[in-house]
Amino acid sequence: MATTTQAPTALDPLDFLALDVLLSDEERAIRDTVRQFIRERVLPDIGDWFEQGILPREVIQELAGLGLFGMHLDGYGLPGASAVAYGLTCLELEAGDAGIRSTVSVQGSLAMFAIWKWGSDEQKERWLPAMHRGEAIGCFGLTEPDAGSDPGTMRTHARRDGSDWVLNGAKMWITNGTISDVAVVWARTDAGEIRGFLVEKGTPGFSAPEIHKKISLRASVTSELVLQDVRIPADAMLPGASTLRGPLSCLNEARYGIVWGAVGAARACFDEALSYARERIVFGKPISAYQLTQQKLAEMALEISRGSLVALHLGRMKDQGTLRPEQVSLGKMGNVRGAMEVCRSARTILGANGVTLEYPVIRHVNNLESVLTYEGTHEVHTLVVGQALTGENAFGRA
Amino acid sequence: MKIAVCVKQVPDATVHKRLDPSTHRLDRSGEGALNPTDLNAVEEALRLRDAHGGEVAILSLGPERAMDSLRKALAMGADRAVLVSDAAAAGSDLVATSHALATALGREEPDLVLFGQQSSDADGAVLWAAVADRLRRPMVSQVAELTIEGGTLTGKRQTEFGYDVISAPLPAVVAVSDAINEPRYPSLKGIMGAKSKPQETVSLADAGIEADRVGEAGSKTTVRAVAPPPAKSDQVKLEDDGSAAEKIVEYLAEKRLI
Repeated sequence: MATTTQAPTALDPLDFLALDVLLSDEERAIRDTVRQFIRERVLPDIGDWFEQGILPREVIQELAGLGLFGMHLDGYGLPGASAVAYGLTCLELEAGDAGIRSTVSVQGSLAMFAIWKWGSDEQKERWLPAMHRGEAIGCFGLTEPDAGSDPGTMRTHARRDGSDWVLNGAKMWITNGTISDVAVVWARTDAGEIRGFLVEKGTPGFSAPEIHKKISLRASVTSELVLQDVRIPADAMLPGASTLRGPLSCLNEARYGIVWGAVGAARACFDEALSYARERIVFGKPISAYQLTQQKLAEMALEISRGSLVALHLGRMKDQGTLRPEQVSLGKMGNVRGAMEVCRSARTILGANGVTLEYPVIRHVNNLESVLTYEGTHEVHTLVVGQALTGENAFGRA
Repeated sequence: MKIAVCVKQVPDATVHKRLDPSTHRLDRSGEGALNPTDLNAVEEALRLRDAHGGEVAILSLGPERAMDSLRKALAMGADRAVLVSDAAAAGSDLVATSHALATALGREEPDLVLFGQQSSDADGAVLWAAVADRLRRPMVSQVAELTIEGGTLTGKRQTEFGYDVISAPLPAVVAVSDAINEPRYPSLKGIMGAKSKPQETVSLADAGIEADRVGEAGSKTTVRAVAPPPAKSDQVKLEDDGSAAEKIVEYLAEKRLI
């Protein structure tokens, strides 16, 4: 019988289960590059950006320079990276800030994916290379002021007028809206179909005012989309999608990234809490020496390890083409909830420092409040899993 | 123009560095990374190639796993990598390492050889001089600006008192400082494309290097003892009575830190 003589490797608190060995060299290289970028270009200033409510345009351009926009899509000059590589990227971006991860998610998984999946060849040729290079920014308009979890009740309407379409309505909570060159707007047609339309910046009747006074995802642009008799040509409609399946397929892409991203936020807070606990002296010894703190830290390591494994497993399944949307729902539910627990617990370890922007913790805590309900609320994902388990639809309407 | 960049895999900045008391060598078992100023050398080589055409070859002497770090240079845009790796080369000192690199470079016949100013582990900052001497080529170090025109390079050399501007005919050897440029991040496509670029790991024999001139056999120096740095004891605690800033400046000046 074979015996192993290899000694256990040293414990890495940030990768307690040594999951690093499950990644390929290329996956590690991609992760390390994004991590280095975040460390050098984002972490020194992110507290200020969050406070000021901005994400500098040059940072968006640098993200494009790294090739991250639409990285997991292929053809049209796109990199065609694996789902795992994309997930690792989301994790590292969100370890910086969920606002930055959201910017990349919306550009790649919502706006670009919608065009990549449902667009015509002409639409793809025109937009995908430019969006990959960051020369064009995109957004995705599905949610409305009165239609969130039930997008089927959307009021935004597309009327045929000759060969043109005329759009009317409003979209809400649209990441990247104000800075977008092209908006993917979902609307109901006279024929009762749900169709996606590419609405370009500057089209008469179309505006995208920024939403202010938010206390979460502040280093990310959130907007309304206002459409008043917006006339667009026939070839601005995405030909491939005619039902809600169109936009929902895009959301499934984006929430896959969240499964990973949430782990990044948790890791960042855990990292901070662990070093703080070792240095903060209370009653003559570091708080890391107290049982209550150790319990918190151990629970954090557990949540991060578990969340990482879930994300990686879902990623491998996605790469094999076997991943189901219900499994992504389970991952999003568990990992976001776990991340919120980790970050709030880190907050208590940092005491008052935990609520200042000098430390990353309260920023992640606040960001996760958005992550909890966007791309499908925790409740909706719970019911998706519930329906998958029981065969019963508990969404209210049969 | 053919440019060769000599690089070294060093322990990653996040790894706690440890000298192995039994071998008297640095423990290299942890995560490795490309030496920081080598990234400046790679970046400069890529800029020169993009301006003048040609190719950038990466050359290193090290353990087999050093190829992981060389791949980063390929991901940044270098064209190919050659790693001389051989158990007999372990423990090479400056003299032995310079022999190995000079021999390998002799086969490559580059127009320009670039080095980073110094490695972050051994901190020798002389290897480029030894290699240039063996190749009998002109050498400029501490270069913060580099231009090539015709067959001549011009380097702005940083010194303690200002700059020297030095010209030399190609082929030549240049060591760059970290002030010369800001190394690019490898792009996603660069990383994904790196694995299909030529990567050769060659033995001493393959590279035409005599085994008795490298490794411990070919080294002229012997490390007799190693010891960790003494624990920090030189700490001063200041109570701020309004003059703390002055006292800190005085302290730093006394330590020649400013």
